Amino acid sequence: MVNTSAVVMEKSELGNLIARLWAEGYTVVGPTLAQGAIVFDELRTADQLPIGWTDEQEPGSYRLKRRDDGAYFGYAVGPHSWKKYLFPARLTLFSIERTADSFAVHQGSTDVPRYAFLGVRSCDLHAIAVQDRTFLHGPYVDPHYERRRERAFIIAVQCGTAASTCFCASMNTGPRATQGFDLALTELPEAFVVEVGSERGGALLVGLNVRAANGEIEAAHQVTETTKRQMTRTLDTSDMPALLYENLDHARWDDVAGRCLSCTNCTMVCPTCFCHSVDEVPDLLGERSERVRQWDSCFNPELSHVAGGSTRPDIRARYRQWLTHKLASWIDQFGVSGCVGCGRCITWCPVGIDLTEEVAAIRGSDRA
Amino acid sequence: MTSDPYCPHPAVLRSVEPETPGVATFGMEFQEPARAAAFHHRPGQFNMVYLPGVGEVAISIASAPGEGVGLRHTIRFVGRVTNALQSLRPGAVLGLRGPYGSAWPVEEARGRDVVLVAGGLGLAPLRPAVKALLAERAQYGRLWLLYGARQPSDRLYVAEYADWERAGLELLVTVDRADASWRGAVGIVPLLFRKLALDPSRTLVLTCGPEVMMRATVHEAIDRGVAASDVYVSLERNMQCAVGLCGHCQLGPEFLCMNGPVFPYERVARFLGKEHF
Repeated sequence: MVNTSAVVMEKSELGNLIARLWAEGYTVVGPTLAQGAIVFDELRTADQLPIGWTDEQEPGSYRLKRRDDGAYFGYAVGPHSWKKYLFPARLTLFSIERTADSFAVHQGSTDVPRYAFLGVRSCDLHAIAVQDRTFLHGPYVDPHYERRRERAFIIAVQCGTAASTCFCASMNTGPRATQGFDLALTELPEAFVVEVGSERGGALLVGLNVRAANGEIEAAHQVTETTKRQMTRTLDTSDMPALLYENLDHARWDDVAGRCLSCTNCTMVCPTCFCHSVDEVPDLLGERSERVRQWDSCFNPELSHVAGGSTRPDIRARYRQWLTHKLASWIDQFGVSGCVGCGRCITWCPVGIDLTEEVAAIRGSDRA
Repeated sequence: MTSDPYCPHPAVLRSVEPETPGVATFGMEFQEPARAAAFHHRPGQFNMVYLPGVGEVAISIASAPGEGVGLRHTIRFVGRVTNALQSLRPGAVLGLRGPYGSAWPVEEARGRDVVLVAGGLGLAPLRPAVKALLAERAQYGRLWLLYGARQPSDRLYVAEYADWERAGLELLVTVDRADASWRGAVGIVPLLFRKLALDPSRTLVLTCGPEVMMRATVHEAIDRGVAASDVYVSLERNMQCAVGLCGHCQLGPEFLCMNGPVFPYERVARFLGKEHF
């Protein structure tokens, strides 16, 4: 359902909204064109958005293409996800300084940016909620994630287009964003419908040029309905986690191991993957060192290294770990699937491995 | 603000006791008395041991709760961090954080017979269970320790065996390779099970060692009629955070650092036997 507290904003007003966020102390990040893709970076003005561009995504393929209109948000998700801001790929947790008879811990600056995320799709809102479960709602809270998360202002964008790799409808994570945002924009040909999801979202609109919505609300609803009908890819999640637990010896793992390069791309672009290493980075004198956390991947053999070697020494074991964790054991660990149907792992796999196909193959010959 | 769960706390190395070639027991003590006073662990739990400038490693706590001052960790010098630890002398400052993980079912074992089965360095995490069981010896039925080492010189804590036996522990030791002085059993440790007069319905089995040895132990125990829910294993995986965030230690749905390392075998049985899972 469309939030009833919705207003209409002219497209030309989006720049003022961005300026307003900066004026309030936010660092505004959102989609922009770079390196032949739509990626996230700081946005000072609305014209840094990929206006008039779209993307064509297939397994192992991503191509930018001109649209025949001037849509601001006429594309699906790219290789970046918001986890690069909330859970940075490389982060110094703290530094250690040797003292005369001990060591001192220096916490890094707690003055992390207050991010405003512009253009968060429904799948990615769900991905943030999934990472909240990992970093905030377990027995131990990660203060580094917490600090970034609690300050973030979220402007969702209702999807007006689905890539061929999208399958959020299967995962019940989209395409319509219904919660978890401060504001949500739906792009109509002439204007945005702006749904208000929080008090501070409403406050941000005060003073901006917006008007009451009438027929636009129904039009906005139709946008995501159309997107939902466009979606061709599906993932049958019935019987999870049992389906994968009962098929750990399935022949399909050998088959996919013959194609998978163990390159880690899927885990890097996945908006929910949270595995990380913690490394010691000492200075040359050995007086100071940093504890540095970096994204790690279950496709790295070192991830499972123990004194006797890697417990997952081959690609079969590592792909099986990734898929089983993402779709099955995640449910046991966190009460939700680790997959939000964004399709990034399909697009950015250099050999086009499609997890929906892998699951269908296992399901099709259960316990083969 | 939430405190940082990755943060180590300074501890002083008080003692280094050589155990076997390449293995020593470190006695450590937190520098801050308040932290030492607030530290309470249970047998089977572990700490993260940190060496500034080098890194951090998960090590089981080898001392029993309340056993003397400080904490003991038996360490094999085998990896990058532990090799660096090898050169430390008493007085050195390290970091410690913990305790982490699940514990042996010492309380649940009251009124039962207990078979502890250790392989090699696996005796270290079982040592606090031995001490805890013997400290309240009258609460338990028969207590056995089956211990397997590669060779006689690889046995840990040899000097303590006589005390343990006097306190009421029945100790059976076997080695893979005997030397000229060895008069005991030769062979793998699970086979020692066959020498025990077990009453399986009242027996708990606690085992720690190489995974292949624990699997064989579990099968021997179950073959003798011990329920799978009465067999406990202590598992090892790579651990970097110890607080369920880094993802390295997963076995199926389990984070070994939080849900383990000690599990009822029943809980992990479906995944433990899967090669490379």
